[in-house]
Amino acid sequence: MSNEDYLKDISEIKNLMNKSSRFISLSGLTGILAGIYALIGAAVTYYFVTTYSYGTLLLDGWVFKTIVFILFMVAFLSIVTGIYLTTKKAKKNGEKIWDTSSRRLIFNFLIPLVVGGLYILIILSQGRYGQTGGLMLIFYGLALINASKYSIGNIKYLGYCEVILGLLATLYPGYGFWIWVVGFGFMHIIYGTYMHFKYDVK
Amino acid sequence: MSIITNINKVFDHRIRLGIMSVLMVNEYADFKTLKALLDATDGNLASHTKALEKAEYITVEKQFIDRKPNTRYSVTKLGQAEFKKHINALEKLIKKQ
Repeated sequence: MSNEDYLKDISEIKNLMNKSSRFISLSGLTGILAGIYALIGAAVTYYFVTTYSYGTLLLDGWVFKTIVFILFMVAFLSIVTGIYLTTKKAKKNGEKIWDTSSRRLIFNFLIPLVVGGLYILIILSQGRYGQTGGLMLIFYGLALINASKYSIGNIKYLGYCEVILGLLATLYPGYGFWIWVVGFGFMHIIYGTYMHFKYDVK
Repeated sequence: MSIITNINKVFDHRIRLGIMSVLMVNEYADFKTLKALLDATDGNLASHTKALEKAEYITVEKQFIDRKPNTRYSVTKLGQAEFKKHINALEKLIKKQ
């Protein structure tokens, strides 16, 4: 075999190792749009809280219920956008959308996220909602770090940033809202833009 | 000459290298997954997995999932060590020339 054949072997090996263990058709655009949804949601929330509840929140008030609704809308829209853009990109890459690697990615992403979600619901029911924003960031960050082993490796850096921001938010609950805006809004937009230019625009 | 001795004849085929690559980074892979990833035919893949099995580089586990036969492959410790040696030898060859 010639040198070129060996080189081809090595690159084929690398390619197969990646293809069989990682799902890489994540789109940077999803990150950008998710960040924008989060910012819009946060702006609406800010408007409601400052206009109708004078800076204090009651758990059974309609303002709180509206905020929870906005939060779910942001999550829902982000997921739908994610599924749509990922399917599109996977088709372009010739990667299957629902195979072992994407299943493994979603499963490992959901473990910390579901545990965190349940934990947040539990402490909300105990009336300690000062920590919510920070906890969301921490568990979301852990979910990203956990999922990074099964996808593009560098989403773990976004995870680290979210965890650090989450810890800061729990340390300074007064700034929880603004740190949430930075974590879910700006970080997503910055990271999504970086991903978009690194992987999608060529 | 010592480099050449580390080039493993058992791996001297695209499909075999592919099988090993997939199994190195996955706990196991079944026949269908390997077939799709390597773009190989049934008979072709079967003969290569058999060769690797005979060298004791991979293990085969047959079972039934929903009453359908399912064949799972995973790499052995020996296979892992031999594959690493092979890759190192390949890399050295490339660097030398």
